[in-house]
Amino acid sequence: MVFEHTSEVIRCETLLKGRELPVRVMGPPPEIQTGCDLVIEFPLIEELNIRRVLEQAGMLPLTIVPVTAPLLTPVDLFAVTDFGDYLMVRAANMKMTVARDTLEIVNISGGGCPDVPYLASEMVGKTLAAAPRPRDIGHTLCGYALQLAYEELCRRCSV
Amino acid sequence: MLGIVGTVPDIRVPLIHGPARLVDGHLRLADRRLPVNRGTPALLAAALKAAEYLDGPEIYAVLAGDRGTGQGSRSVYAFLTEQVRELDVQVLTFHYLLPDVDWHNKVLFAVEAMARRPLLIADAGFMYAAKMSGQASAYDFFTPDAGELAFLADAMAPHPFYTRGFILHQHNKVEELIHQAYRDDNAAAHLVVKGETDYIVRNDQVVATVGSPSFPAMEAIGGTGDTLTGLLSCLCGAGFEPTAAAVAAATANRLCGLFANPTPATQVAELIDAIPQALARAVRDRPA
Repeated sequence: MVFEHTSEVIRCETLLKGRELPVRVMGPPPEIQTGCDLVIEFPLIEELNIRRVLEQAGMLPLTIVPVTAPLLTPVDLFAVTDFGDYLMVRAANMKMTVARDTLEIVNISGGGCPDVPYLASEMVGKTLAAAPRPRDIGHTLCGYALQLAYEELCRRCSV
Repeated sequence: MLGIVGTVPDIRVPLIHGPARLVDGHLRLADRRLPVNRGTPALLAAALKAAEYLDGPEIYAVLAGDRGTGQGSRSVYAFLTEQVRELDVQVLTFHYLLPDVDWHNKVLFAVEAMARRPLLIADAGFMYAAKMSGQASAYDFFTPDAGELAFLADAMAPHPFYTRGFILHQHNKVEELIHQAYRDDNAAAHLVVKGETDYIVRNDQVVATVGSPSFPAMEAIGGTGDTLTGLLSCLCGAGFEPTAAAVAAATANRLCGLFANPTPATQVAELIDAIPQALARAVRDRPA
C-alpha cells in the first residue's frame, strides 16, 4: 500500500498492528520510489480485511501494487556512543543524545529531510518521557529513523 | 555570489529569497528574522560568518518553511526550475529539501541550462535525491557523514534509512566505502566525508585527511555538518580551489570546537560564534 506521506504510513501501521493484522513497514519497489517513502506490505489474503479497517478510519492508500521481489528493509542496527555523562544512539543517519542524570534530550543530529530541524526544536530540552514522539510529529524517513533511535534510548534508559 | 537553497522548520515562512544577512545572531532574509540554531539557517549563518572574515562573497538565499510534508520544498524546487537561470551565482549549495527525484531532475536540468554553470554542492536531503537520481557525478561536492557515506556506497539504497546492514557495519572502512560509491557512480567529483577523521576526496582519490583538533562531543551536536558545508560553500565562493576549500573548511569547523570547548549538550549557535577565529587560524596554517 502506497500513501502520499510517510506520516500516513506510520498512522496506518499503528492502526493495522493495533488490530493484529500482519503488516510490515518496508521500502517501496524501485518502480515507484520517489526519494523519501515507505510502504506497507501485507499478505494478499488479508486485503479485504485491511481495506475495511482503513475505509472505516478514512485512511485509504493512494494505490495498492503487487510485489514479487523482496522489498527493502528499514535499518535495524544501532550504534551507541557513551560520552560518560551523555549517551548517544545512532539509527541509520539519525543521532539522539541524552544526559544520563536527567534523561533530557540535549541534541539531535544527522539526517537530511526537512522535519529534522523541526523534530529537534520540539524535542531538545525535554526529557525522553515528556518529549513528543518522532512518529507522532515527523513526516519522513529521517523522522522514522529518529523514532528508532528514540526507542532504543528509552529501552537503554528504562523509560 | 554564493547561492544557498533549503528550508526552515516553520510553516509560516513562505518562499522567500534575496541577499542574506546575519544581524544580532539571527538570519535576516526578505524582512524575516530567523533563528540559526539548526538546519539551513545554521549553514547560512556559518557561511555569513565566514564571509565576514573573508570579506565576501555575497550570499543569496532561497528558503521556504517545511516541517517534512514537502510543501515548502516543492515551492523551492518550482522556484529554482523557473528562476535559477536568472541567478548570477558562482557556487550553488543545496541543503535540507525533501528528497524527490522528479523535482531534483527538473532542477538539475534548469541548472545545466545556465549561461555559466556554477560549482554545485549538495548536502542533506538534496544529496540523497542526487544520488538516487543516478546523476551524482553532475555535482562538484557531496558532504556525507559516515552513515551517509554507507548510503552512497549502497547502490540499492534510495535513502540512508534503507542502507543494508552489511554495508553499515563497515563504517570504519571509510576508504573502501568511498571507492564503492565511485565504482557505482554514486559520488560527486569531490567528497568531504565528515567523521572522526574528515576525508577530502577528488575523483576517487583521498587527497587529504583532517583529524585534529578532535572533539568527539561534536558528533552529537546537531548542525556541525551544516556549519562545515556553510564554510565550504563560502570558501569556494571566495575563490578557493575546491580541495583547499575543503581542507580549510574541515579544519576551521574543528577549530570552532577548540574555541567553544564543546560538550555533547553544546548548541551549534555557540560554535558559529567561533568561526572568525577558527577560520583565521585554518587559513593562516593551511599548506602552501
